[in-house]
Amino acid sequence: MSLTLLNVIVAVVIAIAFAAVNAAYLVWAERRGAARIQRRPGPNINGPFGLLQPPLDGIKLMTKQLMIPGGADKILFMVAPVLAMAPAIMSFVTIPFSEGIAAHNMELGVLVIFAFASMGAMAILFAGWGSRNKYSVMASVRAVSQNVSYEIPMLITAITVVMTTGSMDLKEISMAQSGGFWHWNIFPSLQSPLMPISFIIFFICSLAETNRAPFDLGEAESELVAGFHTEYGSMGFGLFFMGEYANIVIGASLTTILFLGGWDCPFGMFPGVWWFLLKIYLLIATFIWIRWTFPRTTIYGLLNLSWKILIPISLFNLLLTAGLLKVF
Amino acid sequence: MGGYFSDIFYGSKSLLIGMGITFREFFKPTVTVQYPYQTLKMSARFRGHIELIADKEGKPKCVVCGMCERACPSGCITLGSISIEIEVDGKIKKKKVLSKYDLDFTKCSLCGQCVENCNFGALEFSKEYNLASTRKEDFHFNLLKRLEERNT
Ligand code: SF4
Ligand code: SF4
Repeated sequence: MSLTLLNVIVAVVIAIAFAAVNAAYLVWAERRGAARIQRRPGPNINGPFGLLQPPLDGIKLMTKQLMIPGGADKILFMVAPVLAMAPAIMSFVTIPFSEGIAAHNMELGVLVIFAFASMGAMAILFAGWGSRNKYSVMASVRAVSQNVSYEIPMLITAITVVMTTGSMDLKEISMAQSGGFWHWNIFPSLQSPLMPISFIIFFICSLAETNRAPFDLGEAESELVAGFHTEYGSMGFGLFFMGEYANIVIGASLTTILFLGGWDCPFGMFPGVWWFLLKIYLLIATFIWIRWTFPRTTIYGLLNLSWKILIPISLFNLLLTAGLLKVF
Repeated sequence: MGGYFSDIFYGSKSLLIGMGITFREFFKPTVTVQYPYQTLKMSARFRGHIELIADKEGKPKCVVCGMCERACPSGCITLGSISIEIEVDGKIKKKKVLSKYDLDFTKCSLCGQCVENCNFGALEFSKEYNLASTRKEDFHFNLLKRLEERNT
């Protein structure tokens, strides 16, 4: 694929539009879902089923004044929300939605996505530090330690998948799983009998990476006001929000590609982008379901889970897979 | 070591049970009352501000004995009366009737002393709870007028 300027612009615009629409309507889905779980109707006044709520929320955020607190580091403060949003958008560019739909297929797709994802932690750190607010600093330190410790098991499980497939190309990884659900990576294979556990580890890590409940220590409202975005109003806050939801979509897409066969149909019929979308939205629904089921963990519980359970098990799985790959 | 794995196992199991509960709740009907569009019926013992009770003809049952005015610890009730002449069995009699019943609801503590002290069953608590205003004068109720409004 030749990468002309026009191609790039079209790809980026589509990625931004996709991310924005997803962010807006995932907020709606989240609020409706949370409400149903708590036996409330949720937003239902604006438009049918409250479907006009997200655009109106957006207008409200955009008409607000952007305030910069007195002692804040202006540059960091302004850069942080953009830095939260931009990598999430960039990651969309490498994700293959189906065999033909990918903005730009890269051979190191997995690596690119992880590289961009780790920039999210930097945005949070900048936001907390730049706000010059004790709550924000505390929250951002928490969020960074959490992101760092969950990136390790996530990467290790990704490496396991990459080893069994023998490729870092997201497209090739999903192609390798085509032809019915028994080919998917989530099911144990001869080379890697612990794959279901890898899937669960990966899923937990992608939950933690997006800083969502029960891992939302970076914005623990009950103790830290609003965490790292305490000082942000207007679209600054809006960008963080969009970044968070874009990251959720990325996490779900990555899980789908690595473990659930990408755009492959479970019964080998009509593979295509619809299967991909169905899978990611099912995963996102599970994200929402989990968020509204469990209370927030403590920082100790969170780090213990990562260092004492997820990392040892994923490392063991990696070694086992490496050994079995040699044998078979 | 055994404790380590059983911790993981029972921990995951309890998480799944939790998710099962929220899954079931998701499909149950909602219980919210959509307030401005739907309202609840207040329970029998709900205490709103006081209201005069009408007799069969729609006149207040009150005989202007003044007990409620005296019983009110906050002094929110102001009564007024006029004498009228009515004919009973051919004889002309004088009778006091209520001409004014003002309630200053800003001071009322809803203690219920007025209702308790009325020996003629002329007072009751209303079921009104939609009271909101930016001016305190809006809470000076003319109960007599409210009674007339209810009659029409
Ligand atoms: S309820 Fe109590 S405070 Fe209110 S008017 Fe009656 S006696 Fe006065
Ligand atoms: S106590 Fe009853 S009858 Fe007497 S003045 Fe008050 S409301 Fe009227």
